[in-house]
Amino acid sequence: MNASLEELQPRIATVSAFERPTAENAFAATEVVKSRPQTWLAVPVGASIALAIHFLVPKREPVAPSHYYPLLLYVMLAMGLLGAALYPFFPGVRNFMRRKTPILGVVIVAAGLWELVTSCLGLLPLPYFPGPEGVFGSMVSDYKLLFDSTWHSLILLTSGYFVGVAVALVTGVTIGWFPHARYWGMPVLKVVGPIPATAWIPLAMVVAPNTFISAIGLIALAVWFPVTMLTASGISSTRASYLDVARTLGANRLYLVFRVAIPAAMPNIFIGLFMGLGTSFLTLVVAENVGVKSGLGWYVSWAQGWAEYGKVYGALIIMAAFFSTIMTGLFKARDRVLVWQKGVIKW
Amino acid sequence: MVVASDRGVIEGSSLRVRDASKYFAAVNGAAVGGLALDKVSLFVSAGELVSIVGPSGCGKSTLLRLIAGLTPATDGELLVGDQPITEPSAERGLVFQDPNLFPWLTVRRNIEAGLVARGVLKQERGQVDKFMRLVGLEAFADAFPHHLSGGMAQRVALARAMINHPKVLLLDEPLGALDAFTRMRMQDEVLRLWQARRTTMLLVTHDIDEAIYMSDRIVIMTPRPGRIEQIIPVKINRPRDRSSEDFLRLRGDILQIMHFAGRSLSGNGA
Repeated sequence: MNASLEELQPRIATVSAFERPTAENAFAATEVVKSRPQTWLAVPVGASIALAIHFLVPKREPVAPSHYYPLLLYVMLAMGLLGAALYPFFPGVRNFMRRKTPILGVVIVAAGLWELVTSCLGLLPLPYFPGPEGVFGSMVSDYKLLFDSTWHSLILLTSGYFVGVAVALVTGVTIGWFPHARYWGMPVLKVVGPIPATAWIPLAMVVAPNTFISAIGLIALAVWFPVTMLTASGISSTRASYLDVARTLGANRLYLVFRVAIPAAMPNIFIGLFMGLGTSFLTLVVAENVGVKSGLGWYVSWAQGWAEYGKVYGALIIMAAFFSTIMTGLFKARDRVLVWQKGVIKW
Repeated sequence: MVVASDRGVIEGSSLRVRDASKYFAAVNGAAVGGLALDKVSLFVSAGELVSIVGPSGCGKSTLLRLIAGLTPATDGELLVGDQPITEPSAERGLVFQDPNLFPWLTVRRNIEAGLVARGVLKQERGQVDKFMRLVGLEAFADAFPHHLSGGMAQRVALARAMINHPKVLLLDEPLGALDAFTRMRMQDEVLRLWQARRTTMLLVTHDIDEAIYMSDRIVIMTPRPGRIEQIIPVKINRPRDRSSEDFLRLRGDILQIMHFAGRSLSGNGA
């Protein structure tokens, strides 16, 4: 292979470029000598500002007697100081702080401003806009029910999502691969699919033996449509030349479907999975509101019924963290499965 | 002529095409309809390397697809050895101009694909390393296709097609997308693979120099409908010198047959 050595050289460079660490790390690696005070100052200064607002500015509104909000700020301050102390010695800590402390500092200051606007100045009407203590206090004091609600939401969401995805992969591959299935299946998909899953609630309540099953069915339905649609389109748009090549390599039909068409459709399938996840969150919250008497969606409307808006916001915060974590998990799975693709969307 | 069969068995089979015709129905008035191949007959003996040259639309690629079994012939008979061609098979490998590597598989897994498809990966795993070495890609076993250059990707495609030890290897302008220097190097590599295995090879190309440099015989085709105009044996000793007198004379002859010789710039030379 001497003749092709010149040709190999630039490729070696490309391949090692591929294995180079991600953008953040590369950034840290070049800047490593420079100490940036804003990185280690952000959290301690932010926490100090918020604490100053909490203790020094007089309150105009009645505040819950608990002290969980200042406790949280103390924890932040302590961790910020600990980080600042470790900052010069550990590159790992430095990397982490460089990426996270600016945003964390801003969030803490924002919490301080929120307290200033609500409890201190009373610019927003109660009970709709409680201060941070009202929210964190009710989150901590009601942690058992919140935890229970989150757990129920998780069970409902994952059961519905996986049932929907499993069915959708079968229907999607079938419709995408077999022309007959396409002819008969596509019209059904086109007519039934766009109906929001929540519109089926009256029917689901009648058909299903209990509300839990009906909620699973609704979430599955919400997931099923986008995943089926995208899977079918991915399978049917598999490049004909991949199939031709595979056939001249001796592939049978199973190989063509499972080792050519499905991998080729994977980018599309993942778009469907993301769309399905979005609609499943929506359906979950609605289903918990109407039938299922548990879960975060139920908790929000229940707390609202009692005008406990602190709990409403607390549940929203949990929900945001919960959905965002699941979304991140799906992105991680996508990055693993689609490593072979270049230029994928970052989360 | 280098007689590689001195060094080992001939892996290739003979290939017979008898009065093959292909008719495409016009779809919605598109210009692609009509007779693509008109009673094409061709015999390629086992271990022979035959090139097909001709202008666009002369049915070269269609002929290759018929032999691959990807498209059924409208009329005529196609045989590998004495077996009629009815469907695609691992014994007739195909390499396109676009390497068509499976982008979701690494280089190694792409090369393995034929073994996996035939369900013999376990027994023949040793072949994979051998073929990666044969095309010089050991260092890139775990790279994904989008990190490869055109020449390297085409080498993977060749290895992937050859790992099945096809009796006939069909090459549809496999080097057409490469730059001139890479192409000349790859021509030598294909020749090396051919001489090592003595697979019967059918090479479609636009490049007359490539056809002369590589093949035992050159089939010249004419378009609309696709017909064989002439078959020219290349009686030049290998390795061939691209600037030798014999080479250039043959080149002139072929251009003459294809009505490109001595064409004046005023444009009415045909």
